[in-house]
Amino acid sequence: MEISIETRENTSVKYPSLVSLPVLPISNKGLLDGFEIKMEILNLSVFYNKFRALNEISVKIPTNRITAIIGPSGCGKSTLLRSLNRMNDLTPKIHIEGEIKLDAKNIYGKGVDIVDVRRRVGMVFQRPNPFPMSIFENVAYGPRLYGISNRMLLDEIVETSLVKAALWDEVKDKLNQSGMTISGGQQQRLCIARALAVEPEIILMDEPASALDPVATIKIEELMQTLKTNYTIVIVTHNMQQAARVSDFTAFMMINQERAGTLVEFGATPQIFTNPKNRQTEDYVTGRFG
Amino acid sequence: MVRQVMDREVSKLKNEVLLLGSMAEEAVLSAVNALYLRNHVTARQIFISDQEINKRRFAIQNAVLILIATQQPMAHDLRLMTAILEVTSELERIGDYAKGIAKVTLAIGDEQFAVPIQDIQMMANRAVSMVHRSLSAFISEDEIISRVIPLEDDEVDRMYESIFQRALKAMIDKPDSIDVTNYLIWVAHNLERTADRATNICERTIFIATGELIDISDLSFSISQTPGQEAY
Repeated sequence: MEISIETRENTSVKYPSLVSLPVLPISNKGLLDGFEIKMEILNLSVFYNKFRALNEISVKIPTNRITAIIGPSGCGKSTLLRSLNRMNDLTPKIHIEGEIKLDAKNIYGKGVDIVDVRRRVGMVFQRPNPFPMSIFENVAYGPRLYGISNRMLLDEIVETSLVKAALWDEVKDKLNQSGMTISGGQQQRLCIARALAVEPEIILMDEPASALDPVATIKIEELMQTLKTNYTIVIVTHNMQQAARVSDFTAFMMINQERAGTLVEFGATPQIFTNPKNRQTEDYVTGRFG
Repeated sequence: MVRQVMDREVSKLKNEVLLLGSMAEEAVLSAVNALYLRNHVTARQIFISDQEINKRRFAIQNAVLILIATQQPMAHDLRLMTAILEVTSELERIGDYAKGIAKVTLAIGDEQFAVPIQDIQMMANRAVSMVHRSLSAFISEDEIISRVIPLEDDEVDRMYESIFQRALKAMIDKPDSIDVTNYLIWVAHNLERTADRATNICERTIFIATGELIDISDLSFSISQTPGQEAY
């Protein structure tokens, strides 16, 4: 909307409307109106044997946005993250209640292809973990597993993935070099390229920069802003400032009295860090927790 | 190293500050013109534009708050954020001065001016020019120009003094003109304060560039000549 103000000599000046500045929502009602929802977590509880690690968590993950999960150590952030692509299935004696819907289909439903879930929901871990093979083979590994053997196609996939991970220019002349010989920040971007090579829809990041230096961290954060155009990102981080810098939405978790992780507050990131609704959230983001 | 999100948001904020400045400058000039032409319609429009100025000021300050919380600016970036908060307040006050001048237009009706209104117009042009150039210097973070513009405030003060003395004489010579002449003194006062706000904006620019918090009226004129000195 423009506002027109009549000024000198009966001329009107049209001033452009304030559409460019961020605005704090007054309430969380209708927070996700207008957003497509990629993943919906419904009353999720996770048990290790009889111990309830997560208690009835419900949250919606918007498409093509970055959602951060923050909270104190041991509150279940990583347990929640690993539930989103069924990595927790690999943990002995784990039991899930509730649902996690990916495009409205429960990933824990009967007959679900777990391998395909893990392709669609990729993961990047805290410590960079390139395979002990060349940079090229690291990225080509996933597509090869899916049956792609055509060399030209693999070349294209590897280059595209490395470009998307903002690593191509740095490694294009040494694709045959081992993935272990590049720097930590480069290794992490290699791991991101590896995840991108199988065309995921969601990328889960478990403290992706905590093992990196500040310059490499900023590169990862800037890369995330580029990636969210095409992918949905969920990041777990113990670094509140990072969550504030990179994410569009933030979920704050805490341990309840039964020592189960619970969701305390979910909101737009600017609101969580300037005017949280919950006292526990306020205490945590202001550093008064504990 | 580029911080894309931060740099993009800072650029947006600077644009909005410039826009707010344009609105405030236009409001002052329109208000003085409306006074000259006794145009009550235009005078009433100034009240509407003042509401928009206030709204935009709060929106900019809100955006600064969000940027501080989410991007954790440091050093130069932090100084810039605090300076934007202060400059938007200065511009909002200039909008209030314009509203004050518009109120005078509505109050004096068709009474004859006892002081040449052209003097008021010249003073308005000079004060608004100072605001305009101080804002340009603020956006480009030009410390040198920001130390020069405030020197013009003395000229604006002399203009005010001249109008004030003639107004006093007019009130003595023609007691019937006391009301309208008193209103004109208020208009001149608002324009003198507008020029003061331009000086304040210059002080904020120097703060951004050097980290120094200064009151320019306390300083003698000097240009930073230290070789290799950088703004941040």
